[in-house]
Formats: sequence, C-alpha cells, structure tokens
Amino acid sequence: MPGTLIIAESSGGAAAPVALELLAAARALAEQGGGAVSALAAGDAALGRTLIEHGADAVYLTPAGSLDAGFAETAAAAALATREAADADIVLMGQTSLGRDLAPLMAFRLGTAAAMDCMALTLADGRLRATRSCYGGNANAEVTWRGETQIATLKLKAWDALAPDAGRDGPVTAIEATGEQRVRVIATEAAEASGVRLEDADVVVSGGRGLGDPAAFGALEELARMLGGATGASRAACDLGWYPPSQQVGLTGKTVTPNLYIAVAISGASQHMAGMSGSKNIVAINRDPDANMVQVARFAVVEDYKKIVPALIEAIKKLD
Amino acid sequence: MNIVVCVKQIPDPETPASQFAVDEAAKRVIPAQGIAPVVNPYDPQATEAALRLKDAAGEGRITVVSLGADSARDAIKHALAMGADEGVLLSDPAFENIDSFQTAVALAKAIEKIGDCDLVLMGRAAADWDMGVAPQGVAELLGVPAVTIAKSMTADGSTLTVERVLDDGFQMVEVDLPAVVSISNEFGEPRYPQLRQIMLAAKKTVQVWSAEDLGLEAGETGEANRWLPLEALYIPTVESNVEIIEGDSPEEQAHTLALKLREAKLI
Ligand SMILES: Cc1cc2nc3c(=O)[nH]c(=O)nc-3n(C[C@H](O)[C@H](O)[C@H](O)COP(=O)(O)OP(=O)(O)OC[C@H]3O[C@@H](n4cnc5c(N)ncnc54)[C@H](O)[C@@H]3O)c2cc1C
Ligand SMILES: Nc1ncnc2c1ncn2[C@@H]1O[C@H](COP(=O)(O)O)[C@@H](O)[C@H]1O
Repeated sequence: MPGTLIIAESSGGAAAPVALELLAAARALAEQGGGAVSALAAGDAALGRTLIEHGADAVYLTPAGSLDAGFAETAAAAALATREAADADIVLMGQTSLGRDLAPLMAFRLGTAAAMDCMALTLADGRLRATRSCYGGNANAEVTWRGETQIATLKLKAWDALAPDAGRDGPVTAIEATGEQRVRVIATEAAEASGVRLEDADVVVSGGRGLGDPAAFGALEELARMLGGATGASRAACDLGWYPPSQQVGLTGKTVTPNLYIAVAISGASQHMAGMSGSKNIVAINRDPDANMVQVARFAVVEDYKKIVPALIEAIKKLD
Repeated sequence: MNIVVCVKQIPDPETPASQFAVDEAAKRVIPAQGIAPVVNPYDPQATEAALRLKDAAGEGRITVVSLGADSARDAIKHALAMGADEGVLLSDPAFENIDSFQTAVALAKAIEKIGDCDLVLMGRAAADWDMGVAPQGVAELLGVPAVTIAKSMTADGSTLTVERVLDDGFQMVEVDLPAVVSISNEFGEPRYPQLRQIMLAAKKTVQVWSAEDLGLEAGETGEANRWLPLEALYIPTVESNVEIIEGDSPEEQAHTLALKLREAKLI
C-alpha cells in the first residue's frame, strides 16, 4: 500500500520542530489505515535516527543544505526521487519558506494539487481529506485531490510531536538526486534575535497599530522580559516599520501557541487570529469593547493601553 | 523589458467577520452587502514592481492579465490607471469556481499567447483562498524559474536580483530572465492612480479571451475539473467567554488582572 512521505527540515543538524509535527500527523494517518511513513531529511545518520524515534518507518538522506529555504528546485528533485523510492502517494511538509515553494513546485511537476496550510487531515478509503482555513481565517474549507499524489503543507504547531521511542527501528539510506537550481542563492540573513524565540515562547506580548507610536514597544518588551516571554506585532505595526517582520504574528507571519498571549491595541482581524488563535489564554488590552480580540479573550481590560501597561508592569512586580 | 502582471479581483479581505457569510450548500462566499470587491492587496504591489522596473529600463510594455467575471475589468483598470499599458481579461463561464491550479494553467496559456514576455509578476497569494501556489505553477508551466515572496528587486540586463522575505530573515537571490516573481506586502505601498492616469486608462485596450481562445480543453476547466475539489466550506465557530476586568482606576484594573493571571498560574 502506498505510504506517506514527510519533508523533514532541520536546522544546525537537528530536526526542526515542524519535522516532528509532520511525523505525528503522518503516524495518525497510518493509524487510520495509511501506509508506511517515510521521511526525507538533509543531514546525517543521527538526524535520521531522531526521525525514526519520532515516528518514521524509513529515512532518506540528502546532503545538508538541500532542503534549505530558497532551494526548492534542489529539494524538488530529491523529494520526487524519494516519493518514487518510498512509494508514497501522500507528501506532507510544513508551511515554511521551503514548503510554500516546494509543495506547489512538486504538485505542478506531478500534475496534481497541493493544499496549503492544512490544520486537520483524515483518511477515508485510503484517500486524504484536508481542512484548511481560507478567506483570511474567516472560513474553513475541506478539500480532496483529483490527482493520484496528494500534497499538503501543514500549519505549524497544529500537531503535537510524539514522544521519542528509542525502541523504534528502520532503514536510513542515502537518496541520489540532482536537480537544476536556476534560482541562485547569494546570501541568507537570519533576523536578529534577542531573548526568547517568538515561536518557542510560553508568553507572548504583542502590539498593534493602536499603540500609535513605535516607542511603545519598549514597554511591551519590558513586560515580555518580566514574564520570560517574547514580543510580537500585528502586520499593521510591522508594515508601519514599528517592528521587524520576523516578529509578525498571523497568516503571513509566525504561528504562536503560547500559554499566555497578551494582545495590546490589536483589533483581532481574522488574519492576525490565524497566527495566535491556538494560544491557551488570551488577554486583550484594548479601548474598544467591541474589538474582536476582546470578544475572544479570556480576560480583557477595556482602557487606554498607555494607562494599563505601565500599571500592569508595576502590579506584577509587586506580586513577588 | 516586457512584463506581464497578474491581478485578481477578490471579496475585500478586511470584511469584518460579522459581515462575512457563506452559502454552505453552494460552497461559496456570499458577497457582503455594500462592501465592493477589491484588487487582491498584493497584486497592485506587483504592478508597482513592474512600473519601477520599466522606468529603470527606460522601455518595455506592461500587460495586465486577470481571470474572473466581467467585474474583474475593474482590477485591470486599476493597474492601467497606475500606469500599465494594456489589459487582457480571461473570462468564460468555464472559469467560474476553478481553483488556483486551473487558474495557473489559464494564466500560463494567456502569457504564451501574449508572447515575448521577459518577466511575470504576481502577488504572493490571493487573499480569498490563501493558497499562494499560482506563481510556482505559472513558472513551471512556462518552463522558467520562480522567485517568491519578494521584498525588493533590481534588474541588470537579463539578470534579476531579488530580496526575499523568509520565515526567519531575508535572502538575496539571482535569476536569469525569463522568470516569475511573486511580491509580498513588505515591498511597500503601491502608487495611487492619479486622475490624469485614470482618464488615460479609459483609452487603453482590454482584450477579452475565452477558454477556447486559450486553447483550453473542456476537461481542463470548470468547477467539476478542479485539481483540489472543494468538499465543504463553512465558518468556524469561536466561543466568547470573556471576563472584562473592571476597576475604579487603571491601577486597580491592572492589579486585578495581575492577580487573576497569578491565580490561573499564567504568570
Ligand atoms: C492577505 C492578508 C494577510 C494578512 N496577514 C496578516 C498577518 O499575518 N498578521 C496580522 O496581524 N495582520 C495581517 N493582515 C492584516 C489584518 O487584516 C489587519 O489589518 C491587521 O491585523 C490589523 O492590525 P492591528 O490590529 O494592529 O490594527 P487595527 O485593526 O487598526 O487595530 C488597532 C486596535 O487598537 C485599539 N486601540 C487604539 N488605540 C488604543 C489605545 N490607546 N489603547 C488601547 N487600544 C487602542 C483599537 O481599538 C483597535 O482595536 C493581513 C491582511 C491581508 C489582507
Ligand atoms: N484569477 C486570477 N487572475 C489573475 N491573477 C491571478 C488569479 N488568481 C491568482 N492570480 C495571481 O496569482 C497570485 C497567487 O494566487 P494564488 O496562488 O491563487 O494564491 C495572485 O496574487 C495573482 O497575482
């Protein structure tokens, strides 16, 4: 029976969190009657071993770097060769810089479709059905595929990685594939990161256009630091140049699922919600009681943030 | 340099959730009363990118292509008013409710029919279905490379240098023309059409091509032949259990909030 291939991205030789989420999604399909789970990774046997322990039945290795952002053409050659070798009719990858390019590129090369940014998958009679959000998060669509190969990118953090099982075993082999890389990558520049990474933070404090002033992010950063968290922003704030795009939360930014998300002067447009509605607890600080963010929050303070944020910093200091 | 820009007309993506409605049986979005459709927000940025490249090159022709209902003429007119030279509307009952994959096929055929194209500029995604696949598709179908999610771009002869936005930073890439590039919001604000330009645009030609004009077979178009069949469309439910933190002063509100967060072990 044809199986599932996942594209396992890595960073610094270690599996990226999304790679383990993909394995969890693929194992869930296997439990619904799907075939074996294979993984394609760019790295060494140790990386292969990690993927096996987290749910892969077999791992195919391609040289380090060939699944990096910007190298979709190289990645497509490896992924297409692996799909054949592994006999997979489902191919899953993350909604990442690589996945956004690789999924449609592979799809058009195979004459099939790719469903982007999926948040749920089910298998019926061996065929995939995916749920994805559309219209900026206002609607959900359920889709199937006409073509034989079913390609999907998965929304980040929509699946929980499985605990590693050292008892699992499976083959780790090299895959040979060369593809013409017409797009020449000259330089890749990582965004400046200080403190806790937004995607990993337990607490996120985000600011929006309603701050009215880029300097206001200083207080949000102070609050985030006190809570051991990270600072994010709405796209409106990023587009105004108030905060770097790498800290943007939402449909076209980061997906975060912290324990606590504090939204300061953010209205809660569906495209922003798309990146943070998985937060366990939302606090809204907004002077508009009808703002969507207030409606979806667990706690809300309807007041000028300029009065609340400094007072909240002081109040938290006094708690300890 | 000859450039084709692809623009799509979509329901306003900033339609408030309260006015957003879906016909679940027909699996379609019901247009919100009094909210006019707009040009997909990334697409005027693609037009802007084309105009800047043409200005820098000092020559060339910019053709705007839109696939859609007759109302999609407005999206084309908008690009013409920004300064593009001519338009093509791909319009056919067989194009109703097709997906981004079928759209890419039609766009690629149209670009071949236009001919002599050095660069295709598109938006990073259409903000109705939020797919972001047509740029890779058009490139693959035309047999040229794609560079996606561009923030800025310069041309030197037949080489294009593009700065891309990544999840965690930026990337500089180079590609030889012909190529497809998709533009992201980080590119910056597109120019606003001036009255004189709007009047000039009225005189520019917009051709209309059908599926047959593009040489598309019946089996390639139509909702029934979607590559990604739509099985269901609905509005997800969101619950509201908000507790509004009251108080006589901001200090009191802040103090109550801090206590509640501590009680819930959130801080
Ligand atoms: C295709 C597409 C993709 C998008 N992707 C994203 C995305 O990834 N992320 C994203 O965030 N957005 C995204 N957007 C934009 C989104 O639609 C909204 O426009 C944006 O999120 C609004 O940002 P905001 O909430 O900061 O600003 P606004 O909507 O302007 O809200 C400002 C809020 O601040 C409040 N406020 C004002 N002053 C004060 C004060 N003194 N004290 C307290 N509250 C105050 C107001 O009541 C209001 O609720 C996207 C849009 C499109 C079309
Ligand atoms: N119907 C259409 N007409 C013209 N261009 C389109 C159409 N659909 C998609 N595009 C182009 O393809 C980009 C990405 O669309 P998509 O892959 O559908 O998200 C858009 O920003 C447009 O530039």
